Amino acid sequence: MAVLSAFQGFLAGIGASVLGLFRATGALVLFALQGIIHMVLPTYYWRETLRQMMRIGYYSLPVVGLTALFTGAVLALQIYIGGSRFNAEGVVASIVAIGIVRELGPVLGGLMVAGRVSAAIAAEIGTMRVTEQIDALTTLSTNPFKYLVAPRLIAGIVTLPILVAVADIIGVMGGFLVGVNRLNFSASAYISNTVNFLEAGDILSGLYKAAVFGFIITLMGCYHGYNSGRGAQGVGNATTNAVVSASVLIFAANYLLTELFFSA
Amino acid sequence: MTPKIALKDVHKTFGTKRVLRGVTLDIMPGESMVIIGGSGTGKSVTIKSVLGLVQPDKGEVWVDDIRADKVRGGKRDAMLDKFGMLFQGGALFDSLTVWENVAFRLRRRMDKAEARDTAIAKLRRVGLGPDTADLYPGELSGGMQKRVGLARAIADEPEIIFFDEPTTGLDPIMSDVINELIREVVVEMGATAMTITHDMSSVRKIADKVAMLHDGVIQWTGPVAELDHCGDPYIEQFIHGHATGPIEAVR
Repeated sequence: MAVLSAFQGFLAGIGASVLGLFRATGALVLFALQGIIHMVLPTYYWRETLRQMMRIGYYSLPVVGLTALFTGAVLALQIYIGGSRFNAEGVVASIVAIGIVRELGPVLGGLMVAGRVSAAIAAEIGTMRVTEQIDALTTLSTNPFKYLVAPRLIAGIVTLPILVAVADIIGVMGGFLVGVNRLNFSASAYISNTVNFLEAGDILSGLYKAAVFGFIITLMGCYHGYNSGRGAQGVGNATTNAVVSASVLIFAANYLLTELFFSA
Repeated sequence: MTPKIALKDVHKTFGTKRVLRGVTLDIMPGESMVIIGGSGTGKSVTIKSVLGLVQPDKGEVWVDDIRADKVRGGKRDAMLDKFGMLFQGGALFDSLTVWENVAFRLRRRMDKAEARDTAIAKLRRVGLGPDTADLYPGELSGGMQKRVGLARAIADEPEIIFFDEPTTGLDPIMSDVINELIREVVVEMGATAMTITHDMSSVRKIADKVAMLHDGVIQWTGPVAELDHCGDPYIEQFIHGHATGPIEAVR
């Protein structure tokens, strides 16, 4: 009898977890749909949108730029080591460029922005929830989705591709600096190898990914902040959940998008 | 006369906690109603039910001839335009300056200069100089934040103003200043006011009528003048702050 009861408890635990997962997924999808609707339909808060573009895009530039620079530099060294085993050192420039623009630029840039921006958005909106500022918006006849969520989603979708484009250039530059100064490639040969083997599709696929990552990062920040629990602990949990969920979803979306581009 | 705000048998449960168990209350136009009651008795939930921030499980909420608990979209925005609200903690927007907070609603129909001038006039009305206009809420004291919150609540000259614990966290002198201001602006504007508080000095200063909320229902309601002689044991215990009586005190 006790064994049966324990087994029932075990199954109930699994059932509750599965239901909780579906509930959370449903809530997130509804939140995202509401965010998209308010992003597309008027009224638009352009001033708030521009302010968010500055915060999300411009102020993330140093961290994303430095990440790209060192990643490009390390990539050049690693590819040189690997390539030299097949007497293929000459592929360094083209592999660095393709690796950066197709994969590492958007993914590492996305992760760095996720850490910086998702947390900041979740903390800001979570604090607004706790201090009744979101209720105050409603009483001032302002839809919180229009004023808080939509501008951040637009800013994320628009600025991430720009950030990643800059990161791509800096990343390739990092590879170039190591290639020329450390691995003794000629500057002109490195540049021509980079340009000749890089296709527009490589760059565009990375920028498409960046736009999706921008949506994910801002959505996760807004969702967890908006549904933040009470007090400092509630806001702290919202911040952590925003960063973790944004990072995991970036990896998942990256695979799906790469599979899509691979098939196309 | 039709009530400005009417709650009819409003129920609300959170999880297993039944907060409102049938609140029925009429507030007439131009009347200042103060709802009193202990902490956690559902005063804030009552006010939020009127504003649509909390959806009642059962019952009806009317604002003029609008069913406030059912109205959606543009009609809801139009209904909310009638309201101003002073929140307990001020709920000022941290990222905006004081004048931008006060003029938040005005910006929809005024240009920047006009909205700023109106905001400064409202700040002056609550005793704050123009020098505070460009400060951020974080740079203000608690009392000043309440005044800014009050200026924002009255900025668009609403028909109905809600005050949520207007004197909480303030010293007795500042509390009295805020109470005076609330009374003055409500009378001046002819607005209908609904205040929730457990500060008896606020009650005596602000109220035309008082309603006592306990156990999720209105236990007593009547003019403030009758408060001290109403004979209701809940009111007696509450206004005198006795630990013993029909209201259970958690020790």
